[in-house]
Amino acid sequence: MDIHEYQAKELLSKFNVPVPRGGLAYSPEQAVYRANEIGGSRWVVKAQIHSGARGKAGGIKVCKSDSEIESAAEGLLGKKLVTVQTGPSGKLVSRLYIEEATDIDKEIYLSFVMDRAAERIVVVSSAAGGMDIEEISHSQPDTIIKVQVDPAVGMQGFQAREVAFGLGAEPEIISKLERVILGCYRAFRDLDASMLEINPLVITKQKQVVALDAKMSFDENALFRRPQIAELRDKSQEDPRETYANDRGLSYVGLDGDIGCIVNGAGLAMATLDMIKLAGGEPANFLDIGGGASPERVTKSFKAVLRDKNVKAILVNVFAGINRCDWVAKGVVDAIKELDIKIPIVVRLAGTNVEEGRKIIDQSGLTMISAETLADAANKAVSAAKNAA
Amino acid sequence: MAIFINENTPILVQGFTGRIGTFHAQEMIDYGTNVVGGVTPGKGGSTHLGRPVFNTMKGAVDETKAEASIVFVPPPFAADAIMEAADAGIKYCVCITDGIPTQDMIRVKRYMRRYKKENRMVLTGPNCAGTISPGKAMLGIMPGHIYMPGRVGIVGRSGTLGYEAASQLKALGIGVSTSVGIGGDPINGSSFKDVLEHFAEDPETDAVMMIGEIGGPQEAEAGEYIRDHFKKPVVAYIAGLSAPKGRRMGHAGAIVSAFGESASEKVDILANCGVAIAPTPSEMGATVQKVLAARKAA
Repeated sequence: MDIHEYQAKELLSKFNVPVPRGGLAYSPEQAVYRANEIGGSRWVVKAQIHSGARGKAGGIKVCKSDSEIESAAEGLLGKKLVTVQTGPSGKLVSRLYIEEATDIDKEIYLSFVMDRAAERIVVVSSAAGGMDIEEISHSQPDTIIKVQVDPAVGMQGFQAREVAFGLGAEPEIISKLERVILGCYRAFRDLDASMLEINPLVITKQKQVVALDAKMSFDENALFRRPQIAELRDKSQEDPRETYANDRGLSYVGLDGDIGCIVNGAGLAMATLDMIKLAGGEPANFLDIGGGASPERVTKSFKAVLRDKNVKAILVNVFAGINRCDWVAKGVVDAIKELDIKIPIVVRLAGTNVEEGRKIIDQSGLTMISAETLADAANKAVSAAKNAA
Repeated sequence: MAIFINENTPILVQGFTGRIGTFHAQEMIDYGTNVVGGVTPGKGGSTHLGRPVFNTMKGAVDETKAEASIVFVPPPFAADAIMEAADAGIKYCVCITDGIPTQDMIRVKRYMRRYKKENRMVLTGPNCAGTISPGKAMLGIMPGHIYMPGRVGIVGRSGTLGYEAASQLKALGIGVSTSVGIGGDPINGSSFKDVLEHFAEDPETDAVMMIGEIGGPQEAEAGEYIRDHFKKPVVAYIAGLSAPKGRRMGHAGAIVSAFGESASEKVDILANCGVAIAPTPSEMGATVQKVLAARKAA
């Protein structure tokens, strides 16, 4: 789960990570008011969306007066900001963060990630801050410093100093950097984060270490014990199709095609999307209905898939293990009747009680296309979508 | 011989008396698995499904001499259950639970390293369908009847895609020695390479079907191991060719976040290591058949 920059900064400041003074605004008026509250003569108006690379997309504006703040806020609020990370549809800006401007001397890259090979939290840092990490690892790989944390004892001071000295920081900055790095580590660990990135972490002309930007993501499997993090979810930043499905316990990812997919199991669902592509079609979504595909869950899945108006055909692919095919078939028939679905539906059932399942489909009197294999199902769904187009 | 489990392996069920534990324990017993008891803290001394219930894993292992266990404990308590199994001297543990926090799994892996390699429990999963040695024992939630006993090993992240492979093989008259699910989480008990090392030692496994997906470094690591050390033919399918970068596809671990983690990159790496690639998920069985025929002819 992603959160906004201002939320990440609020969390990090509780772990002794210095951040610039700032405040949240929902309107141009409020933005000016916040700037006056903060004081000073230069401010930064920052669009709060769940994406990096906001600066290049025009989402961050430096202002020197009330009128500049007002017009910057006017220009951003209610607009969709398109960055290299948001996709072409962009993300809605409904909150702004107004911050005091900082006198930057040096920019540092600092991040914490889960290293899946090492099975540990890893700190990644570079003195070439301001650029994104792909860029740094491409153009200046020698500047990258990596330190692994032993989970038994957590991050030690010497490890943080290793990073700080590796960055070539001046002696008076070292202890400040050490405090920031250890604070970030504790925030990452104590809040069950999956990613924390400060880019840039700056050294100011006044020799202070300040997190100018902050990005955090959290392990969704750990939200049950982090209610304060779960509260930070902002549904306006999500694909509405995904919000709808995920709120109903379905694992759904929206895609751009026209063939809706209802599958049990994440691996089989990915494989089904692959088959559709290989057959010359484009899937509209990834959807794993999970184990125990009860008739209710099947109906919910149809509702979720049909909210996408691009869907011209639906492919149901269920390999029944513990959930029996006859039960799934009943769910499909009930859903089609209840929702009065008119678009073509291809059904492929396999596994436990497959004959009974097919019989229910065939005898339902509904027009469904039944398929035997994965390839057969994909081919039929692709041609059904093409004919419907 | 199979790997990890056979008809004699004494097995404990952790989370035995819960709804899910009860249902699958019964399925495993019906399959012929040697389930000797289970653990549910607070219910020790009672009997469930005709088997004794214990309060602790240590007590259960002392009494039953169990060697393997299966975990059906809910996510907040699953890491604790795995560590309890490791501490009680269990040799092989399958964790079915989906939704364990990543940092809990990091702690589990670190904890297990306190035991010498020869005493260290082997864990597969979490977030997997389990392990089955067809005709012998089932330590999981799969439909046992789709697996035919035979000489091809299966190792994969996904449950249902593993079912798909097993049923394609069965349709071609090809049986399975053992099928192992390593699960869809970013941090798991055993990697592809770990499981391949066991298949390498198993005289009853002639070839291995490996089912990977986007995300993480384990398929590439397995490729290097196969190229340098693994003598038996391997067929691989990698799911997620059409998955967009940076999106999590159902499994917590199925996300492309670094170079080499996309399906097409993994396919290239494995092909370069001498692995036969099943070009589509519906050709997993046929590719294994082709590889076996070529091996016979050679």
